[in-house]
Amino acid sequence: MGKIVIRNLTKTYSGGAVVALQDIDLDIAANESVCVLGPSGCGKTTLLRIVDSLIGRDRGDVLIDEEPVSRPRPDVAVVFQHFGLFPWKRLDENIAYGLELRGKTRDDIAATVERYVTLIGLKGFEKSYPHQLSGGMQQRAGLARAMAINPSVLLMDEPFGALDAQTRELMQEELLRILETERKTMIFVTHSIDEAIVLGDRIVVMSCRPGRVRQIFPVEIPRPRKILSVRAHPRYIELRNAIWEMLKSEQEPISSSEA
Amino acid sequence: MTRRSKVRLLSLVVVLGLWEYYGRRVNPILFTYPLAIFRAFIELVLSGELQSYMRDSLLVLLYASVLSVIVGVFFGVVMGRYALVEWATDIYVNALYSMPMVAMVPLIVLWFGFKVPAKVIIVFLFMVFPILINTYQGVKDVDRNLQEVARSFCSSEAQLWRHLIIPSALPFIVVGIRLAIGRGLVGMIVAEFYTSITGLGYMIVRYANAFETDKLFVPIVVVMVLGVGLMSLAKWCERRIAPWRNFDERE
Repeated sequence: MGKIVIRNLTKTYSGGAVVALQDIDLDIAANESVCVLGPSGCGKTTLLRIVDSLIGRDRGDVLIDEEPVSRPRPDVAVVFQHFGLFPWKRLDENIAYGLELRGKTRDDIAATVERYVTLIGLKGFEKSYPHQLSGGMQQRAGLARAMAINPSVLLMDEPFGALDAQTRELMQEELLRILETERKTMIFVTHSIDEAIVLGDRIVVMSCRPGRVRQIFPVEIPRPRKILSVRAHPRYIELRNAIWEMLKSEQEPISSSEA
Repeated sequence: MTRRSKVRLLSLVVVLGLWEYYGRRVNPILFTYPLAIFRAFIELVLSGELQSYMRDSLLVLLYASVLSVIVGVFFGVVMGRYALVEWATDIYVNALYSMPMVAMVPLIVLWFGFKVPAKVIIVFLFMVFPILINTYQGVKDVDRNLQEVARSFCSSEAQLWRHLIIPSALPFIVVGIRLAIGRGLVGMIVAEFYTSITGLGYMIVRYANAFETDKLFVPIVVVMVLGVGLMSLAKWCERRIAPWRNFDERE
């Protein structure tokens, strides 16, 4: 479950003046992890939001499990860069949010929340408010909230972008571990080549203005993965250099034209 | 006792002491002193006069508060949620909020008479706009990111209100209520000045006309204490209702 097909997807802003995405074609298999890389403003986040129909599109189709997407789907969960926790809800209530909307019973919710609190290592913090937690802990909660509804598709919008480097690596390990126990189809938008190689089965590199798929790299590093063993893998260096060269050629014209 | 409360206490003792000392040397028709006010207070309580007038005032305040919270929150939310309503009504709301509501008092008395309904309407007009406008601001202020989160989890409109809009706007609503209480007290006294039948405002007018300055000060002090008490209550509610806003608090 969770097969995604994107066909001829085009999105413009400002009445067509800015083409954010042009003719994107992408097939993502069930349980596959695809990382999307590209310069700032190349429409990565726009692409992610269109997949869950959080914003509209000009042309083209998105299909999940052969069904055209026209509104947010209950089996798709999003993890946001800004965490998006409700400040008035305690940690356990935040994780329970999606379950409550789906009308699960009290016992059901309690059991599921308990399970994910343990899985993300936040036992003992259930009754804390988000502002009492560190950024890393808040994003763990954001991840737990998404996982708790048992989605078939996980959309990650630079989820670790706001975290410091060390917390970020810990979160990557955590995510690798969690996805090993519960496989999901995942689209993971990131700025970091390293993060993309560590987490992805394939890496989509996008080009800018208009946003297009420039190239797709298969990662071909076996799972289960650990960050350190991925980095020691010969394929890691090879991919890193190839992607870096490609992004560098993308970046230069951008920096002069974009404020 | 902290240094802060020591200074406060000392300040109170000094001010009351000076007032007591110099107040006794002034013609009692023009001014009075704390002990005389206290004596007058006891007298008015023993005769039951103070309680009876206070009850009338508080009832008006209570009715008007309940009415203005219901009406203010409801229209505030509606205005915040539906642009059409906002565009159609915001000029009137802002005009009425900016206008010194005292100007409306004679008109209200002309229309509704001198009894409780007229006073409730006057106090209601003093109170409703800060609540309405704050609620509206609170609804407008709802975090767009969180709205997107709600959409991504397929929230229904009712769930959106319950989980996002109301909790998010609640601190604004409580601040609005706090502002409204201050204005409501003004409205209550003005209404009672104008209608002059009963209430603390009427007591003030009556004892001022009778040159009984010590008794005149009793309702003044009562209104002051009432204001301080209600404000503190509102602030306490604010803390209870929105604990996530107290960023220093650790539980």
